[in-house]
Amino acid sequence: MSVSSSMFASRRVQQTVLQRIIGQNWGIVLAMVMLASAGFAMLYSVAGGTWEPWAAQQMIRFSVALVLMLAIAVIDIRYWVAAAYPAWFLGVLLLILVEVNGATGMGGQRWLDIGFMRLQPSELTKIATIMALARYYHGRNHTQSRSLRSLFVPIILLVIPFVLVVRQPDLGTSLMIIAGGVAVIFLAGAPAWLFAISGIGIAAAIPIGWQFMRPYQQDRVLTFLNPEADPLGAGYQITQSKIALGSGGMTGKGFMEGTQSHLNFLPEMKTDFIFTVLVEEFGLVGAGIVLALYAIVLMYGLLMGIGCRNQFGRLLASGLSISLFLYVLINVGMVMGLMPVVGVPLPLISYGGSAMLTWMIAYGLILSVATHRHMTIAPKGSGII
Amino acid sequence: MAGLQGVAFTGLGLRLYYLSVVESEKYKLRADRNRISVRLIAPERGEIYDRNGEILATNVQDLRVLLVPEQTEDVGPTLAKVQSIVDLSDRRLSQIERRIKRQRKFVPVTLAQGLDWETFSRVNVQIPELPGIQTDAGLSRLYPGGNAIAHLVGYMASPDEDDIYKSPLYQLPGFKIGRQGLERRYEDLLRGGSGTRRVEVNAVGREIRELPPREEATRGNNLQLTLDMKLQQFVMRQLGEEAAGAVVMDLQDGDVLALASSPGYDPNEFSRGISNTNWQALLKDPRTPLLNKSVTGMYPPGSTIKMIIALAALEQGIIKSESEFYCNGRHRLGNNTFHCWRRQGHGKLNLVDAIAKSCDVYFYKIAEQMDIDDIAEMARRFGLGEIFNVGVDGEKEGLVPDREWKQVIQNQRWQLGETLNVAIGQGAMLATPLQLAVMTARLASTRKITPRLVANEALPTDSYFEPMDINPFHLQTVCQAMEKVMEQGGTAFDLRRPKSAAKLAGKTGTAQVRRISIAERQQEGGVVDNKDLPWQARDHALFVGYAPAENPKIAVSVIVQHGGGGSSVAAPLARSIIDEALKLYEQPTVTASVDEASS
Repeated sequence: MSVSSSMFASRRVQQTVLQRIIGQNWGIVLAMVMLASAGFAMLYSVAGGTWEPWAAQQMIRFSVALVLMLAIAVIDIRYWVAAAYPAWFLGVLLLILVEVNGATGMGGQRWLDIGFMRLQPSELTKIATIMALARYYHGRNHTQSRSLRSLFVPIILLVIPFVLVVRQPDLGTSLMIIAGGVAVIFLAGAPAWLFAISGIGIAAAIPIGWQFMRPYQQDRVLTFLNPEADPLGAGYQITQSKIALGSGGMTGKGFMEGTQSHLNFLPEMKTDFIFTVLVEEFGLVGAGIVLALYAIVLMYGLLMGIGCRNQFGRLLASGLSISLFLYVLINVGMVMGLMPVVGVPLPLISYGGSAMLTWMIAYGLILSVATHRHMTIAPKGSGII
Repeated sequence: MAGLQGVAFTGLGLRLYYLSVVESEKYKLRADRNRISVRLIAPERGEIYDRNGEILATNVQDLRVLLVPEQTEDVGPTLAKVQSIVDLSDRRLSQIERRIKRQRKFVPVTLAQGLDWETFSRVNVQIPELPGIQTDAGLSRLYPGGNAIAHLVGYMASPDEDDIYKSPLYQLPGFKIGRQGLERRYEDLLRGGSGTRRVEVNAVGREIRELPPREEATRGNNLQLTLDMKLQQFVMRQLGEEAAGAVVMDLQDGDVLALASSPGYDPNEFSRGISNTNWQALLKDPRTPLLNKSVTGMYPPGSTIKMIIALAALEQGIIKSESEFYCNGRHRLGNNTFHCWRRQGHGKLNLVDAIAKSCDVYFYKIAEQMDIDDIAEMARRFGLGEIFNVGVDGEKEGLVPDREWKQVIQNQRWQLGETLNVAIGQGAMLATPLQLAVMTARLASTRKITPRLVANEALPTDSYFEPMDINPFHLQTVCQAMEKVMEQGGTAFDLRRPKSAAKLAGKTGTAQVRRISIAERQQEGGVVDNKDLPWQARDHALFVGYAPAENPKIAVSVIVQHGGGGSSVAAPLARSIIDEALKLYEQPTVTASVDEASS
């Protein structure tokens, strides 16, 4: 993938908002519109050939989120530096709020109703944690980053949201928070052996963690390990999904012709298993195009991170890219039977606002990094506030 | 980092390639297995006709509502919803609930049947909100002849739960199999072959559409009976409320024209599912409506056996046709006295008169000189003790006693006194109305006629029956005696025939059900009159006969259980049945074929 540098203003002078909007990489935006459109098409198909109730609403959501993404992208990155810690605190606060709500008898609730949509604080926290970590490492030189003492704050920044999300309980998101955070710490220059030890530690912790897992979580892991053991029970979803993927063949059964989906053999078609619907109807070719679009969009994010001159932007773009990549990887891996069914939607394509919003906000930040990648930021602060 | 991402995407791509290209065939198959369900089409059952093509059993459309308990989470609310559309009585509801508990969960339970179109459509419209409910516009069996033919056709019922795996057809909702009678006996012939259709179903098994090709079911074969439905109905009306059986046979080809048993029952009630009250009533009726008396009822033949005894004696050379004996009303054998039905005796009489007047002493006297085994052999030659397999349920072989039977069953030697009892049709000998009709048919035709009820069956096309291997002169003597029964001085003379009616030949019989003790005989007023006895102790009334006497076409046997005397009760019935039956031969088509048989 080639990124034309001419599309970016390389001057150090302050750009106008209009210049910054025009300066966005519209090729990448187009890729995302294509992914979202694939989602609209699939939602249209799943609804049996009607725009209602899903496709139309999803289009409205995407339009709103697209504007939001562009807005975030053009905001001066120093504002995001300033907003990093407050965002983290806000995220943690919302998580506690959900926790308290749950404790007052609202059941295992993971979201807050904010009128037009249901807000999942865990999703926002995922972004905020990466922001906070990037903020923490910003202004620390390489030597500082390598020291063990400097790990103390990042671990706090990671563990608090992790614990709160695990308690929801939402193991999938909490692990994604850890994974995204660890990636940032790693990119910041923490010693490699630390990760090796951590890896061993996690492996050792699996049996202990197993004890703490809820029965349905244990079921999911067991089902993942052997889906055929209970094809009508817990393994039903994954078995039916594999049948749908496989029976699509090279070019698929055709738009609106998926039997596994239209005859309701597939579970959760409009959300977690929408990729399956897509592959059944458009085959390996369709799947390849969608995966390639994801790869382009995510690679772009990573490259923007690597090419960024300031540490905050570098870590933020890379961390968010990895986080979004995990999103896609887990969902696609899940429907193919490569991972346990963890209930992670496919961002941009799956029906629902939360995953879409997370993706667009995160990618807005990545684009903001891209926009300001030549900017140097004072180590101890944004220089704005 | 970017490298890792690349590796991961490549991994996903490879996995996808593996699933949708390498293993694609396997998954395509499984996707088809998911969505395509092969369903059976129940064949239309063959109909049953009488000899003239009148329908005895047919199929009518039946709109049903069924419940598959396995497909609903909670039966209660579903039933309540159905109840708001279809009228289900509380009693029916509790019946349904019992069935649901008893049966396996995938076996459909019929909630209601025989619905009208309006109700049926209302259920169909509501079906998305009625989990587990199915509607079925199937066929159910109808017997237009009702109770006149219940004993012959039998009825249909759902297969036993244990049998449900024996054929996939049995698992079709509302599928019924022949449970009794011809419906059961000719199940394979009538049923036909099931067809199949492939349907696309969704995940909960609801049909979305049918996928060609469809293999149509093959209709079952029809069953044609030799029965004449009009005659059968006439006979049933004649028998009325009596516990009785009657058989009418054609003498040319052995066709059973009527095979009646009274009282009847309504086989349609069984097809619909008989209520317990009605079932108990049928079971408890002392007149045993469920038994087909014409083939299952075994009765002492009474005096109707006397032709056989006479023939045995003639063939053995014990008597000649003109041999005379003197009857003084009783016969002594050792310490026992055997009575004639006429206390004052018949005086001197020959064989023909002995049969015509049904003198018992005459037969005691010849039986005294006979071997029971010779009598048994002659009885068997005339079809007694034989099962003819005409196709209806419960054909009994009756009992033709002989020395061996006595030895095996009772481990005793045969006593001469028993031969005397057999000679007047009492004692151990038992026969069914069908056997007596066959006996009469063989006497009248002098051929070894066997009865047939089902015309589909392979039969010798010329319907030729071998001659009885009996001296024709002896047969003629016996037949002459049977004619004389109907004449002045004969036991059945009191039925006066109009001039136009055909001449009958026959024999009455009155079979005792109880032993008459010496004390009763000697008491004032003599033997208690039959009418004063409780119903169960009264005599059976029998009559066998054929007509026209000079050119026999049909043979008849009538038994009225506990009906009283053969002359007074059975003979008049036989007269009207024969008159009606002979009307059939006025139709030119049948007459032509009968003339050849009248040799």
